[in-house]
Amino acid sequence: MNGVSAIPLEHALILSGILFSMGLLGILIRRNILFVLMSIEVMMNGAALAFVAAGSRWGAADGQIMFILILTLAAAEASVGLALVLQIYRRFNTLDTDAASEMKG
Amino acid sequence: MNFLFLVFLFPLLGFLILAFGRGKIPENLAAVVGVGSVGLSALVTAIAGVQFLQHPPAGDAYVQPLWTWMQVGGFAPQFALRLDGLSLTMMGVITGVGFLIHLFASWYMRGDEGFSRFFSYMNLFVASMLFLVLGDNLLFLYFGWEGVGLCSYLLIGFWYQDPANGAAARKAFVVTRVGDTFMAIGLFLLFHTLGTLNIQEILQLAPQAFPPGSIIVTLIALLLLGGAVGKSAQLPLQTWLPDAMAGPTPVSALIHAATMVTAGVYLIARTHTLFELAPFAQEMVGLVGAVTLLLAGFTALVQTDIKRVLAYSTMSQIGYMFLALGAGAWSAAIFHLMTHAFFKALLFLASGAVILACHHEQDIRKMGGLRKKIPLAFWSFVVGGSALAALPYVTAGFFSKDEILWQAYAGGHAGLFWAGLFGAFLTSLYTFRLIFTVFFGEAKIDAHAGHGVSYWLPLSVLLVLSTTVGGLIHLPLDGVLPASPAGEGGAVQLQIKLLSGAVAIAGIAIAGWRFFGQPALLHWLENNAVARLLSRWWYAAFGFDWLYDRLFVKPFLWAVRVNSKDVFDQIIGTVPVILTSLNKATALSQSGRLRWYTASVACGAVLIIGAVIYL
Repeated sequence: MNGVSAIPLEHALILSGILFSMGLLGILIRRNILFVLMSIEVMMNGAALAFVAAGSRWGAADGQIMFILILTLAAAEASVGLALVLQIYRRFNTLDTDAASEMKG
Repeated sequence: MNFLFLVFLFPLLGFLILAFGRGKIPENLAAVVGVGSVGLSALVTAIAGVQFLQHPPAGDAYVQPLWTWMQVGGFAPQFALRLDGLSLTMMGVITGVGFLIHLFASWYMRGDEGFSRFFSYMNLFVASMLFLVLGDNLLFLYFGWEGVGLCSYLLIGFWYQDPANGAAARKAFVVTRVGDTFMAIGLFLLFHTLGTLNIQEILQLAPQAFPPGSIIVTLIALLLLGGAVGKSAQLPLQTWLPDAMAGPTPVSALIHAATMVTAGVYLIARTHTLFELAPFAQEMVGLVGAVTLLLAGFTALVQTDIKRVLAYSTMSQIGYMFLALGAGAWSAAIFHLMTHAFFKALLFLASGAVILACHHEQDIRKMGGLRKKIPLAFWSFVVGGSALAALPYVTAGFFSKDEILWQAYAGGHAGLFWAGLFGAFLTSLYTFRLIFTVFFGEAKIDAHAGHGVSYWLPLSVLLVLSTTVGGLIHLPLDGVLPASPAGEGGAVQLQIKLLSGAVAIAGIAIAGWRFFGQPALLHWLENNAVARLLSRWWYAAFGFDWLYDRLFVKPFLWAVRVNSKDVFDQIIGTVPVILTSLNKATALSQSGRLRWYTASVACGAVLIIGAVIYL
């Protein structure tokens, strides 16, 4: 316990903020939908890391429970997302997100 | 007598069945429903009438409260039926004559595309008219009043493919609406001053609340007269009735001769106390009646459309009823209302038979010599026409018209009396001009007679009722309407009877002389320049249509045109313009590009979190 708590909360939160921002940046600048999906995973992990760090700082189990929940969510999201990616590829023959912009106003 | 509500329930059910059948009900079934419902209603009326006359209820009236219509503060009008002598008479006319006309209509309308639609409107009309005469308070009466107006509109425009019929229907609706507005204001005033719209309460409260001849009661009576004038096609709101002949002939018989147009007479008789308190208004009633009866009589002399002649004669006969009301002869007016319903329904149905026999020809100049070909219609016209012309002693019309003339004379209304007498001369003149032109002379048109029980039965029954038989009916009006000022008059009344009889026969004689002889005198009278001008003026019904067109329609259309881009529209119009531009602006943000969406979600999240932290 002592070894883990040696890492200050601020460091863990800065790391998770960096991960989250990188994921967001990835979504914003990548056009390939596979990379967009991966960036979403990165963002989720960033958020999950913040939970774990906070849980360890206050010695509560909630943070780890939230991490398990986010992990499950990420798995479900990945499977649905990949299925959609397959369908998009079949329909448009490309993985470019801008190609699937038919529902504009 | 608690079955009284059935009397309007049957026609109402008939209307609902036919209306929800959406024209898919076979003709025979529609006829059974349409005619049968009114027949059942007539049966209920007969039973109620017998019970009422044998065991008169306390106070000579039976009231059946159904439910409280609404409750707003102290205003709680009841939905209550009131059966007394007056409403029983009206009910008998509406359901009895109405049933015969429905029966005839099932023959007349056979094969028409809108057969069941026709009967649904007719049933709704009968139900509304029963509301009108059975209503215990003026609001209920007004409900029926508007209901019959609606049915009149629907039925005048029944053959809606012809735009002219639609125009006639709209004209009838708008013109009667003018009168209805007057009436509504009158009702508001009544409620404002007396605090109730219950007819009996009004009749009791009015003499205490209003001093005789006071301005407020005169105003109320005049406003009610305005409503009556619109519905009953009297001067100055009479212009809609001739155009209303665009509807099928049974409609003209039921609505525009026998029942609806007499609603004004009923209204004035119902609220007679108010008119007695306002002598000026009552004089106006008599004056309106007298002037209308003369104007309509002159107009009927020169019309060439068989139904328009009858329409103007209806107008002039209702003028007689108004004249009687003005002279204070309340029961005589209702009596004439009933006999008029008999013989005018007979005349209209017979004219329907003529029109169908002549393949929808309505111009009497193209008819002629139809006496042999359609004998039943001929005899109906002779009897109905005699009743209209009030041939002495053998017709129903004589008894009622004579009563009116006698009461006018005995009540000291010399002007009304002479107008009525001259009107009687005009009546017999134009009636027999019509009969001679259509049924005598050389045959100009190929005609075939109708057959079937629904053809001859209604005509025969009405034919019998138009003779002395109808004139002998005694109406139970003593407890409802005040007694006439003059009772039986002995020698003077006999002289008046003889005078009016002589006038009627003189009219027939001149019509016959003109048609069968070749009188040089009449020929000269009719063909000089003045006469031709007069007859053109009369043909146009004294130019009222022209006048109203210039006075109201044209200025209104002009105002509409000028005002079509009015300021308020401009102001209100900016709202949709702003909304449309906002819509376009926000629609731009829906680019469909995923990255833009993500960026805006991120920006939004940053903004919200920032706001939560720093504010």
